[in-house]
Amino acid sequence: MADTSPNAHPGWFTRIAHPGMFMGWSRHLVLPLVAITVIAFGVGLYFSFLASPADYQMGDTVRMMYVHVPTAWLSQFCYAVMFASAIGTLVWRHPMADVSQKAAAPLGAAFTALALFTGSMWGRPTWGTFWEWDGRMTSTLVLLFIYLGIIALWRAFDDQLKAARIVAVVTLVGAVNIPVIKFSVDWWQTLHQPASVFRMDGPTVDGSILVPLLVMTLAFSLLFMTLHLVRMRTEITRRRIRSLELAQARAAGGAA
Amino acid sequence: MRAFTAIIGRDLRLGLRQGGDLLTLVLFFVIVGVLLPFAVGPDRPLLAQLAPAIIWVAALLAQLLSHDRLFRSDFEDGSLALFRHASLSLDGIVFAKLIAHWLLTGLPLVVAMPVLALVLGLTADNFWLAVLTLLAGTPALTAFGAIGAAVTVGLKRGGLVAPVLVLPLSLPVLIFGTGAFDPTRVEASTQALLLLCALSLVSMALAPFAAALALKISGE
Amino acid sequence: MIELGQHWEFIAAAYGGAFAIVAALTGWTIVSAIRAKARVSELEAARAARKLQ
Repeated sequence: MADTSPNAHPGWFTRIAHPGMFMGWSRHLVLPLVAITVIAFGVGLYFSFLASPADYQMGDTVRMMYVHVPTAWLSQFCYAVMFASAIGTLVWRHPMADVSQKAAAPLGAAFTALALFTGSMWGRPTWGTFWEWDGRMTSTLVLLFIYLGIIALWRAFDDQLKAARIVAVVTLVGAVNIPVIKFSVDWWQTLHQPASVFRMDGPTVDGSILVPLLVMTLAFSLLFMTLHLVRMRTEITRRRIRSLELAQARAAGGAA
Repeated sequence: MRAFTAIIGRDLRLGLRQGGDLLTLVLFFVIVGVLLPFAVGPDRPLLAQLAPAIIWVAALLAQLLSHDRLFRSDFEDGSLALFRHASLSLDGIVFAKLIAHWLLTGLPLVVAMPVLALVLGLTADNFWLAVLTLLAGTPALTAFGAIGAAVTVGLKRGGLVAPVLVLPLSLPVLIFGTGAFDPTRVEASTQALLLLCALSLVSMALAPFAAALALKISGE
Repeated sequence: MIELGQHWEFIAAAYGGAFAIVAALTGWTIVSAIRAKARVSELEAARAARKLQ
């Protein structure tokens, strides 16, 4: 494919990333994604409840890891998606990057909240408390606040084009800051709790645990992809609605 | 460089002309610090133990309160649009404004520290530590606050969004700021102080770029 | 019935909570998608009607 005239033959990326094109090809992707997600969850739940033994130390509470670890992974993966989209917004001003950012933020908040919830459910039987000021839990909570702040910022703006670029700046600042927050929280924990009583990575991960863990992580990742795709499509439709409504108002104004 | 100092001078003059703002800020800082003992109870040993936390929370809130006016008046009267055609880049101008803002909102807190130290029963050692940590840490608060202020400058009803964005980001400042107060562990204390300095330097160096970018976007 | 040991209520709560949040998220996503689609076809029909006039 020789790109002699870029206007007549835009590159493959430009073509698939054009909002109109995106709506065209992504339509055929939604149903297959839903199907794979459902199958992955079926297999994952089968493994996590029926085909895996209880841990010799943690007993059946190990089964909570199969929802906790995937959601915790998604809470960070989602920020990575927002970070990449933020760069797309700021550097190329790509409308799809704006849409991707906006669609990902509530998902990130939901999965982070879920990671915290399952973590505290896991913490009660193993640590004896729902909430522990543990490094991971605390920095996950701060991550949740950052997600919620970003959502609040999205909602504060009327002009969505401007909002996307402003939110992108905040997302980048957050991305630089999250490692610092993580480090400071860990430092703070060692200051106040010199003995590391609570170690999650203590027992070696057995193969029988690894299989359900991987399948459930895959299932949750697929769920994220499906929801993200559908939300992106909805967001593009919403933008179309806005321009159509403007056109309608203009026509009504012209007729009057 | 002339333009840089001119901006600092301009902002200082503007800030000092409305001396009321400066006084209100200091007053707010002291009142928050004095109010907390009423919530805790007049237990002197306990208050002395909580003092670093009280001072830092009061400083955080006082700084948070002052950020809104950092760019808003310049944005609304069009000065920011003019700045974009200045010889100095917007990043440099924002940096100058941050320095002026810190002199107007960070330094007064340090000056007001003795009052709080007295009522909270700080030891002499802890008093000097508090002065040191406030000096080392408030520039980072100014830097994070500037990003929050720049991001919400175009919003008519941005009120609570900026604090909600800024507070989680300021968490490391709070941790290292209060972490420095530990007479039993000199090593951790110096570490915290050094980390606080590093945080302030890096955030003051990087924040102007982020804030200037947000201001440019808001001004379009 | 699956035997979950002495901490079954926490396991049930974790999975139940996960299911509830995922269901809410999915439901919200679907409802907003359907609403947006309905609104856009309504507006497009109105535009077509305007053009016919």
